Amino acid sequence: MDLAGISSTLLEAAFFFYLMATFLFGGAIRQKGLRDGEGLNRWGKLGIIVTLIGFAAQLGYFFTRWAAAGHAPVSNLFEFTTFFGMMIVGAFILIFFIYKTAVLGLFALPVALIIIAYASMFPSEISPLIPALQSHWLAIHVTTAAAGQGILGISFIAGMIYLVKNIDQSVSTKKTKWLEAVMFFIVSVVAFILITSGFSLADYKAEFEYIDKEDAAAKQEFTIPALVGPHEGTLLTEGKMEPLADMPAFINAKKLNTVLWSLIGGVILYVLIRVLTRKRVAALLQPFVRNVSSDLLDEIGYRSVLIGFPVFTLGALIFAMIWAQIAWTRFWGWDPKEVWALITFLFYAAFLHLRLSRGWHGEKSAWLAVVGFGIIMFNLVAVNLVIAGLHSYA
Amino acid sequence: MGKVKCECGHVNPNGTVLCESCGRALTEKAKKEKLADMRYEGSARRSQTYNKTIIDKVWNFFSSVKVGIWIIVLLLVAASFGTILPQEFYIPSNVPAETYYEDVYGTFGKIYYMIGFHDLYNSVWFSALIAALGVSLVIASLDRFVPLYRALKNQRVERHESFMKKQRLFAEQKGALHDSEIERVKEELAKKRYKVRVENGALLAEKNRFTRWGPYVNHVGLIIFLFGALLRSVPGMYIDELLWIREGETLQVPGTNGAYYMKNNGFTLENYEAGEDPEVFNEAIDRVGTVAKNYQTDAVLYRDENNELPGAKPDLAKVQEDSIQVNQPMKFDNFAVYQTSFRQNEMKAMQFALTNKETGEEFGEITIDLFDQEKSYELGNGYKVELRGFYPDFDGFSESGEPISKSPLPNNPAFLFNMITPETPEGEMSFAQIQNTMEPLGETKYKMAFKNLETRDVSALTIRKDLTLPILAAGGIIFMIGVIQGSYWNHRRLWIREKDGQIYVAGHTNKNWHGLKREIGSVLDQTFIPVPEDRQKD
Amino acid sequence: MEKKKKRFYMRTAILAVLAGLVVYALYTNVTKESRGTLEAGDKAPDFVLTDLNGETHQLSDYEGKGVFLNFWGTWCEPCKKEMPHMEKLAAEYEGEVEILAVNVGESEFQVNNFAEQYGLTFPIGLDSGKEVMDTYGVDPLPTTFMIKPDGTIEQIVIGGLVQEEQVRALFERVRPSS
Repeated sequence: MDLAGISSTLLEAAFFFYLMATFLFGGAIRQKGLRDGEGLNRWGKLGIIVTLIGFAAQLGYFFTRWAAAGHAPVSNLFEFTTFFGMMIVGAFILIFFIYKTAVLGLFALPVALIIIAYASMFPSEISPLIPALQSHWLAIHVTTAAAGQGILGISFIAGMIYLVKNIDQSVSTKKTKWLEAVMFFIVSVVAFILITSGFSLADYKAEFEYIDKEDAAAKQEFTIPALVGPHEGTLLTEGKMEPLADMPAFINAKKLNTVLWSLIGGVILYVLIRVLTRKRVAALLQPFVRNVSSDLLDEIGYRSVLIGFPVFTLGALIFAMIWAQIAWTRFWGWDPKEVWALITFLFYAAFLHLRLSRGWHGEKSAWLAVVGFGIIMFNLVAVNLVIAGLHSYA
Repeated sequence: MGKVKCECGHVNPNGTVLCESCGRALTEKAKKEKLADMRYEGSARRSQTYNKTIIDKVWNFFSSVKVGIWIIVLLLVAASFGTILPQEFYIPSNVPAETYYEDVYGTFGKIYYMIGFHDLYNSVWFSALIAALGVSLVIASLDRFVPLYRALKNQRVERHESFMKKQRLFAEQKGALHDSEIERVKEELAKKRYKVRVENGALLAEKNRFTRWGPYVNHVGLIIFLFGALLRSVPGMYIDELLWIREGETLQVPGTNGAYYMKNNGFTLENYEAGEDPEVFNEAIDRVGTVAKNYQTDAVLYRDENNELPGAKPDLAKVQEDSIQVNQPMKFDNFAVYQTSFRQNEMKAMQFALTNKETGEEFGEITIDLFDQEKSYELGNGYKVELRGFYPDFDGFSESGEPISKSPLPNNPAFLFNMITPETPEGEMSFAQIQNTMEPLGETKYKMAFKNLETRDVSALTIRKDLTLPILAAGGIIFMIGVIQGSYWNHRRLWIREKDGQIYVAGHTNKNWHGLKREIGSVLDQTFIPVPEDRQKD
Repeated sequence: MEKKKKRFYMRTAILAVLAGLVVYALYTNVTKESRGTLEAGDKAPDFVLTDLNGETHQLSDYEGKGVFLNFWGTWCEPCKKEMPHMEKLAAEYEGEVEILAVNVGESEFQVNNFAEQYGLTFPIGLDSGKEVMDTYGVDPLPTTFMIKPDGTIEQIVIGGLVQEEQVRALFERVRPSS
């Protein structure tokens, strides 16, 4: 087997180990974390060992792919998102060794799993570097930025656990609704992965001819049935679904179609869960988090922001500026990706000030952590796919 | 007014909440609280008393963290609006912004343009927000750093028991403190790199106080960064020019006041090729089509030794030769020259053959340099071609029948030839383009048959000088030092004292209580001193 | 009391410095567009160009006379329209106001051809490297700088001059007063 083949096998192995570790941490949740002087139980120990094995496998994936490609595998959406997933696991491992909380793994690993699965929806072949990316700063800037985001991601996980634990599920309130909105979003991502993989297995392809933004004829291939079609599009492939509506030229119909499918799939999946269990998703999760101390979760959330914020600033702003000065002639150009990195920076700066000076601890802090991660995910997903800019090489 | 004297005798600045020296609560509110508010050590960070003049009002406004947070939030929300549609500097430069937004994005685009969001980051109000952030950074930092520094400097070893009781980590127990016990604890704490002071049998252990200055250090870094960004508009600090240069051309480097010239020795565009490049790329190349591998301009830099007046004939002395690639700018004298863009295959010269239309016989070829034409081209034996007109970007005829060129660029060259042959000594007029000839003055016996086209590439180089970079770098480094200093260490303190047969123990940290508890626990483990408990437990 | 006063002065001083910086920042933001470009009243930058006959012309040599400094191209329609007016008035104001036409980046053949076609006799400098054009920040063509006898710019006209009267009025403005 060649290097690239070994690499993808290792990634699959890592995925499998993370999945296994999730279940092991599920078995370990009666343990409360060191704060109460309790050591890790056997499940917890196994969980972290399997996580470490998975992490090692993913590092193996990363470096074998690096060797195969001749450049750091962080050059397209598949590679970056996979690396981001790995950084979440890495950050989890780091925080786990400080606080020894199994429940963190029970939530962090599934999030990493979803992110890695999401990554594999993008073309995953090894691609050569365009001139702008041919620099050592590719590895330096992107890995540091992703590490920062991964560590900040742990504050989101801690915040989610905090909210699941502390929001009263016996009544329907604004808080339960917002928390369900977050859950729905996660469910939609899962639906996206299921739908995309499903149609990909069935090898669905429908080609359209349409008129693009510049008034020129263009072609687009849909890999899931088109609910909405491109601007003045005509279906070229026979026997495929005709779109229900055409979109204006400035909207990328293919991407919007994917979003629509994900939302519809998300609604179906979510409603199914609610109907079958007769409970809110957050309420379903509540029993898993009963044993962990809210105070500890709050500290984990804050600590990961404190650790992640400098790393993120270094990677996503400072290294980014140095590289931009070299590759794009200017250190700052208000490219959407740059702007959203700045927004992320400002948001966490506000988070820290609110905590330090206005005493936003506990639940408020947890909500902020969720919003912050929302901004990070927006920058990862929407800015690359929806808003056109210098960073959209996917 | 002015000073607040504490029962312990220490005189505090007006507005102090907790005595700098012993920690007693000084305000009614602080006295009632279960746990002391330890932000800024309860120091007088913002005196509401001095709120009479407008200066004080402005000062207090910008000193407020609440205001600072609002500025941050406004900035981030505003910044996000600018990413909804592409900014003006990213839209195609050949269409006016007035119509572009409406044409492409409809009514929403029109509104977006009308409210000025197409150039949001250069707007006055956005600049004003950044300026407000800068002012807030300066004032809020000054207003807090000084009193916090005072409070930490003035703190006494012996703290009042009321202060200790209001700490989050606290324990009390009947008993007496022995010197030997204190010594042992002192040793243990020293091992953990605490600075320990013992006075009158009371103990204060403290470590990593420097981490408290982190926020102020990083704010200084940010202020320096913003100041550097401001300096950019000072004349001479910043130059940003674009130079379109054809292969073979030698042009003045804009922005250097004529001191430098640059020659383009050739532009190269390479793509990845399946077969030539590593095999792992084949799949990607197959899927995407072409993937660019290299954009490169081989350039020679000259200094003009005769740099007196614009237009004067330069006297060039070679300075350096370099292959300018993306990510590898050429550097000289604070300038950097970047590969930015290119245009391939611009027409350079055209060849025509004077041809007898009937027989097809050719009487010689002429090559016309599209950038330097000649009046007539001799072919010998009585054959000659006169150039009567050259229209580099031919765009039809005017009302008076004159050919029109819509630009000076040779995009669609057309020529008016006068063909002189022994057979036609008066000459025949022919209007020739690449694929087309016209005979404006009647039918001709000869024609200029298009033979060949020479092309060359045009490279766009960005010339940039930015003297603010060292300042920005300094700001960035200081910011990183500050933010790491403030984030990766914790300021921890432990107080132990005995009063009236009661042992009091209290601990404080600015963050990461979990770690402090573990540390104190291990220090006091083997002693008779009670381990303080967390009273903010859920 | 002393301390209160000290604090007041301290705060005033700091705020004044900050206000100065903010005003400077906003001012440069507002005036960004026009920064670095020539305006009426500025000294016209000196330059030297070679004309079609191989003679050099330096702007400073024209001191004492008004100068009609015109940037143009053979392809530009409005340039074609203003040339006859310029030719006519150049003769009329000879010795008082001189025309210096600067062709931007075209070949000698094209310029010669054009000059012949329109019967132009005033000097035409060839700015083949566009250096003079860049120095004057000209965009678009044609642009005319009316330079007073003392070498300062009296007026900048962007775009073509359709009417002879317009051109005449411009000549009048830079005519030496004696």
